[in-house]
Order: sequence, then structure tokens, then C-alpha cells
Amino acid sequence: MEKISANNVQVYYGSNHVIKDVSLNIEPNTVTAFIGPSGCGKSTFLRLLNRMNDYIEGFRKEGDIFLDGKNIYDKKIRVEELRKEVGMVFQKPNPFPKTIYENVVYGLRIQGIKNKKVLDETVETSLKKAALWEEVKDQLTKSALALSGGQQQRLCIARTLAVQPSVILMDEPASALDPISTAKIEELIYDLKKNYTIIIVTHNMQQAGRVSDKTAFFYIGELIEYGSTKQVFTNPEKELTQNYITGRFG
Amino acid sequence: MSKRNSINRINDQVFKWFGIACTIFGLAMLAIFLYSVLSEGIPRLDWQFLTSLPSRKPENAGIFVGIVGSLWIMGLTALIAIPLGVASGIYLEEYGKKNMIASFIEINITNLAGVPSIIYGLLALEIFVRVLGFGKSLLTGSLTLSLLVLPIIIVATRESLKAVPNTIREASYALGATKWQTILYQILPASAGGIMTGVILALSRAVGESAPLIVSGALIYTSVIPSHPMDDFSVLPIQIFNWLSRPQKGFIVNATAAIIVLLGITFIMNGIAIYLRNRWQKKIKW
Repeated sequence: MEKISANNVQVYYGSNHVIKDVSLNIEPNTVTAFIGPSGCGKSTFLRLLNRMNDYIEGFRKEGDIFLDGKNIYDKKIRVEELRKEVGMVFQKPNPFPKTIYENVVYGLRIQGIKNKKVLDETVETSLKKAALWEEVKDQLTKSALALSGGQQQRLCIARTLAVQPSVILMDEPASALDPISTAKIEELIYDLKKNYTIIIVTHNMQQAGRVSDKTAFFYIGELIEYGSTKQVFTNPEKELTQNYITGRFG
Repeated sequence: MSKRNSINRINDQVFKWFGIACTIFGLAMLAIFLYSVLSEGIPRLDWQFLTSLPSRKPENAGIFVGIVGSLWIMGLTALIAIPLGVASGIYLEEYGKKNMIASFIEINITNLAGVPSIIYGLLALEIFVRVLGFGKSLLTGSLTLSLLVLPIIIVATRESLKAVPNTIREASYALGATKWQTILYQILPASAGGIMTGVILALSRAVGESAPLIVSGALIYTSVIPSHPMDDFSVLPIQIFNWLSRPQKGFIVNATAAIIVLLGITFIMNGIAIYLRNRWQKKIKW
């Protein structure tokens, strides 16, 4: 069964029609890349999946989005519960101005979990999964803001993993990082795929080619092409996709 | 060099020196004031002066009642104004929708900050003293000053909340936090420095105010240390005002000594505010 399924989704900001009739299905334990020029709606579509657009003034949505067969915009769904299931990593590393430890356990603390043993274990397993444990295990009480950009981003991933989501949304997670940090994040995405469904927005074609199983190409609010990454990159069906991937516009 | 350019250069120099002259003028006035107050008041400033009750003889009189009254007023004003002001700031910044009512409230808060303090005293005289019957008590005084400093606290709170980047809010929401949890665990701790700075500046303003208290009836002779919010009281500025209106030279000296104490309190509070602000700026770099 599909992990995520979107049917005829339309999004408006006021009178601005930003997502135009997008339908797509995402398989579990895959990495899907959303590509397309700036302002094409890929980030907006990503943020529909954990309802982060809800706060934006003038936001209006039509069509349905299902996660594990459940309509995530149903009135009975608590948006906080949804976000525990669908985690998100942002473009710019945004650790809280707290210690490394407190960053990782924040998601648990707000659920009321106080058991020190549970928290300690979560910190260790989450940081290990995010490939950060070895670098920070002796300085968990240090401020997260003292870490490098790449470490901060992996901390944000660890923080997301700590609440045990099944889907992780990544909005250009490496665009603010140097090449070495980027490579680490990409490796990490590859490892995480075993246990999580990952959707990544990226401007970097090579990155999409390296990390993703499937690729969706958005253009001015429309989903132009969606297929296996290999097919989209080597043998795109649409000319628009071909032009974008080869760098003729964008 | 063209003529145009040399005129610009001359203008530049003129304005530079004009600015320097203005600055020196202001600083000189302050220095003269400080010198005259300090030279006259310092000899009078001793332990006896700080701990004595008012007296008809200037050499026996002290400011103990004023100090205790000012501390009471500061404490009660803090108790009333901080929760109200911070909560209003949070509501307006984090919850209030950006619509007509919000901008109406916003304009009014800005206006309130500019209302002369004596007007607050008249309002207090009518509402707190007459309608609600609180009399000339500490409660009336601190309610009055709370009204006066509320706009300062609200504006400071909003500015500090605004300074917290949206990425922090998003990060918190994305981990499943509710709006309230996000405010409580992320936004408030991150903005606490700015809010505290505003609160301290507001309280130091309250401690130095006399006009609204005089109007609402605190200008009375009291030699009793207040022990209850409904007690009569005096505060340092009123004590100063009182002494300055006496003919004897001794009371004038007393007033200058009391001014030094009041100045000391406000300097210390402003110093704390600046210290907190710098510390927080260093601690949190986005």
C-alpha cells in the first residue's frame, strides 16, 4: 500500500493558485525527490504533508491527502499527532538555543515523557542514527548553537528521529552546507531509507540523482513528471523536464 | 574638485560640529546637575539619613518611609504590571490575528505610552480612589503606576517575541508541539532577556514617577512604615517634592541627598537592564 497518496490537490494563497491539481503516490521506505525551479510549488506541496501551511494567511486547499490510508486534513486528526508521524528538516539548520541533549529530547518532553532512562536512550539512539553521536557524545550539555552548520543539521535530523516518525520531509536540507557536510547528509538519507519514507526538496540535480529512488518535477504549480529517478533523469517523457534537468532553464 | 563637492564637504563639517556641540551641551547640563546635587547631598548621606523617619527638624529627618514605600510600590507594580503586560504582548504578537481590531489596539497602546503621567493620576483618582474606594493606599499607587508602565512592558514584550526567528517556531511545531508549548518552551525563554530588560526599565520609570501619585493623593505626611497594601504611603520622589517645598535650607539639603538615593536606584536598575540585554545578546546568536 502507498505510504502517502495525494488526490487532485489544489492550493491557493488568497487568489494565488500555487498547486494545480497534483496527484501522486509515494511508496514506503523510498526516497522521493521534488525538483523544479524556485517558486514552482515543491516546498508548498512538501509542507502540505505535515500541515505546516495551516498558519499561512489566506491558505486554502482542495483535494485529499492520505497517510497510511487516513485523510490528514480530516477534522478528527490532531495536527500535533500528525507531525509526530511526519517529521520535518528545514533548509537552514534551526536548532533550539538549548543544549544538544535538550534539542534531541524536546519532542519527548512536550509529550510529557520525564523518565530519565528513556530520554538518555533516545538521545543516544537518535544521535547514532543521525551519525552525530561520535562527534558530540562528550559534550551533550554544550549549546547546540556552538556546533558547525553540518552538525547542527544532523542534530535537527536526530531531533526529528527522536519522536519516531515514519515519514521525514526535508526541505533543501543541504543547501546551506559545505560539500563535505552535504555528503554526510546524503549518506545519512541513504541509511535512513531502510526505516523511513523520505521526501526531499532539492535544487541540486546531482543530489536528486544520487539519493532518490523516485523524482517528481514541478513547474509553476503543476506536477509535470513523476517516475523513477533513473527514468526521469535519463529518459524524461516531457520536453520541459528534459530542458530543466539539462540546465537549459531554471 | 568641483564647487558642488566642496560645498558638500563644508556642509558635512558644519553638521558634524553642530552634532558634537549638541552632545556636549546635553552632557554638560547633566554634569552640572550631578555636581550640584552630589556636592550638596553627599555630606548629608549617612546611615541615620537612610533609616530615620520624617521629622520636623531637618537634621533628624530621614527617608526610611520613602524607601520602604518605593520598594512596596515597585513590588506591587511588578506583581500587577508584569503578568498583564507580558500576557498582552504574547496575545497580540502570537495569537492576535492581523486585522482591524489588532491595529486599533496597537495604535491605542502606542498612544497610551505617550499620555502624560498626570492624566493617569487623574484617572486613578476617579476610578481607584473614588469609585472602587481603595483610598490613598499603596494599592491605588501601584495600580496607577501599573497603568503607566503597561504600554512599555507590552511593547518590549512584543519586540522581543518578534526578534525570535520563525524557524524556531516552525521547528517546534514540526516536532508536534502545540502553539502554547512552543511559546512556553521556546519563544519565551529565547525572548526572556528582552522582556526582562523592558520590565526593569518600566519599573525604574515607575520608581521615579511622582506626578500621578501626587494627584491620586499620596502627597500626605506619613511617618508610619506601610505594612499592608491598603496602608498610606509615601515614596522617594514625593518625599523629595515635599522637602523641596519647605523654606528651611536643611530640608533642601535633605532633598538633594534623597535625589542621590533615587538616582542610585534608577542607575542600578538601568545597569541591570543593560547587563541582561548584553548577556542575552551574547548567549543567543541566530
